[in-house]
Amino acid sequence: MIKVRREVCGYCGACVSVCPEKAIELIDAYLSVDNNICRHCKICVRVCPLGALEEVSDEE
Amino acid sequence: MKSEYDVLVIGGGPGGALAAKTCAEEGLSVCIVEKRPAIGAPVRCAEGIGEDLIGEFFDELNPKWISAKINGAKIIAPDGNCFYLNPEMAGNEVGYVLDRKFFDRDLVWQAVEAGAECYVKARAVEAIMEDGAVKGAIIEYFGERKEIRAKVVIAADGVESKFACYCGVDTTVPLREIETCAQYLMTDIDIEPGVTVFYVGREISPEGYIWIFPKGDRTANVGIGISGTESKDGSRAKDYLDKFVSKNFPEGKTIELIVGGVSVCEPLECTVADNLIIIGDAARLSDPLTGGGIYNAMYTGRLAGQVASECIASTDCSKEALMKYDTIWRSSRLGKALERNYQIKEIFVKLSDKQLNSILDSVSNLVMKEFSTLTLIKEIIKLNPRLIKELSGLKKYFE
Ligand SMILES: Cc1cc2nc3c(=O)[nH]c(=O)nc-3n(C[C@H](O)[C@H](O)[C@H](O)COP(=O)(O)OP(=O)(O)OC[C@H]3O[C@@H](n4cnc5c(N)ncnc54)[C@H](O)[C@@H]3O)c2cc1C
Ligand code: SF4
Ligand code: SF4
Repeated sequence: MIKVRREVCGYCGACVSVCPEKAIELIDAYLSVDNNICRHCKICVRVCPLGALEEVSDEE
Repeated sequence: MKSEYDVLVIGGGPGGALAAKTCAEEGLSVCIVEKRPAIGAPVRCAEGIGEDLIGEFFDELNPKWISAKINGAKIIAPDGNCFYLNPEMAGNEVGYVLDRKFFDRDLVWQAVEAGAECYVKARAVEAIMEDGAVKGAIIEYFGERKEIRAKVVIAADGVESKFACYCGVDTTVPLREIETCAQYLMTDIDIEPGVTVFYVGREISPEGYIWIFPKGDRTANVGIGISGTESKDGSRAKDYLDKFVSKNFPEGKTIELIVGGVSVCEPLECTVADNLIIIGDAARLSDPLTGGGIYNAMYTGRLAGQVASECIASTDCSKEALMKYDTIWRSSRLGKALERNYQIKEIFVKLSDKQLNSILDSVSNLVMKEFSTLTLIKEIIKLNPRLIKELSGLKKYFE
C-alpha cells in the first residue's frame, strides 16, 4: 500500500494530478491515499518532489 | 451559504477569482468555495508574469502585489555561457515578480466586492449529476456536507483538480508531462536586481530548468522543475535544487520551501460539459514551455464568466452552448501559444547538453531590436538550420 510520510509532505498536489485512479486527496494540510482503489502503479511515488510517498507492505 | 446560486466556482485561485468577479459584475449570484483556510497561501508559484499580460486586466497595479520589476533576463547554457537579454532589448518580455499572497487575495476580494460570496475551508467532494449534466456540488464545510446547486459550475481547482473527474472528465497528467518542482525563497544571495536567470541543461535540470526570480534586495525565488520521469529516489526536484544552491549560494539563507506540480501537457481535449466549464490549471492550461499559468488562469476565468453569463441569460447551459468558451480560448493568442509552445517543448526536452550549448552559443552575440521568446526561437531556427532537423518542424509556427 501507498503510505504518506506526513512529516515530509509539502501538500502540493503534484501526486494528485498524476494518479490515474484518483486515489489521492489533498485536504488542507492532510494527504490521504485510498488504498482500496490504488492500483500500485507508483506514479505518485515517482513524481513527489520530496519523496514523501512510499510503497510499504500491507502489514506495515 | 445558500443552497442555490447561478454560478458555483470551485477554487479561489486567480482563475476562480476572475470567473466569479466577471459573473458577479453581470449581476449573477455567485459562490466561490476554496478548500484552504486562506486565499493565496501557501504560495505555489515562482510568481513571474509579463507586463503586457497583467496589463490586460488592470490599468494600474497595486504596489502591494509587486515584489520586483523585471527588465532583463539571462539564459545560462550547460557550459556556463550566457545569453543576456539586456533592458534595451527586453521589449515585450519585461514584467514583474508578484507577491501572490497579496495578489490572489485581492483578486478574490475584488470578486467579493462585485457581489460574489466566498467560503474558505469549503471543499468540493462530489459532483451533483442529473441526466449526465452537472447540477452542482457537495461541499464539505466545517465537518458538514452541504448541497449547492448551480446553473453553471466552473472548475477552477488548479493542478490537483478533481472536480472535473467527479463529472466524468479525465484530467490525469501523464508522468512525463508533469514538471515536479521545488523552490526556496532565499535571502542574503548575490543576484542582479531586476534580472531573471534561467539555467538549462539535462545535468542540472533534466527536461526542465532552474530559475532565479528576484523578490527584492538580495532575495529571490530559486527553484527547479524536472520532468516526472526523471524524478527518482536521490534525484528528485529537491535534490537537484540542493545541489545547485550549495554550489551557487553556499552562504544564502532559506526562509521558505515550496513544492508543486506544473502540467506541461496539451490542454484537455474539451474544456466544457453540460453545465460545466473547466479553467486554468484544472484544464491543463499552463504553458508547456515556460510553466507559466497565472495569466492563462485569469484569461480563461474571465472568459468562462462571460460565456456562463451569456448562457444563463439565454437559459441554455448545455455543452453545446458552453462550447463557445472552448472555441474562443483555443483560437485566441493564448490557445495558439499553447499549441506552438507544446511543439517547441517536445523538441527542447530531447536536446542534449552539447546541443543546448551550440544553440545558446549561436545566439549569444545576437542583438535584437525587440525581444520576445518568439523572436528568440525564430533566430535559433534561422541560425541552426542543420543542427537539429526537428527545429525545421517549428517553421510553420513562425511564418
Ligand atoms: C513551483 C511553481 C512555480 C510556478 N511559477 C509560475 C510563474 O512564475 N508564473 C506563472 O505564471 N505561473 C507559475 N506557476 C503556475 C501558476 O502557479 C498556476 O498556473 C496558477 O496558479 C493557476 O491558477 P488557477 O487559478 O488555475 O489554480 P490555483 O492557483 O492552483 O488555484 C486553485 C485553487 O483551488 C483550490 N481547490 C482545489 N481543489 C478544491 C476543491 N475540491 N474544493 C475547493 N477548492 C479547491 C486550491 O486550494 C487552490 O487554491 C508555477 C507553479 C508552480 C507549482
Ligand atoms: S500508486 Fe498509482 S494508483 Fe496508487 S495512489 Fe499512487 S498513482 Fe494512484
Ligand atoms: S507530491 Fe509529495 S509533497 Fe506533493 S502532496 Fe504529494 S506526497 Fe505531498
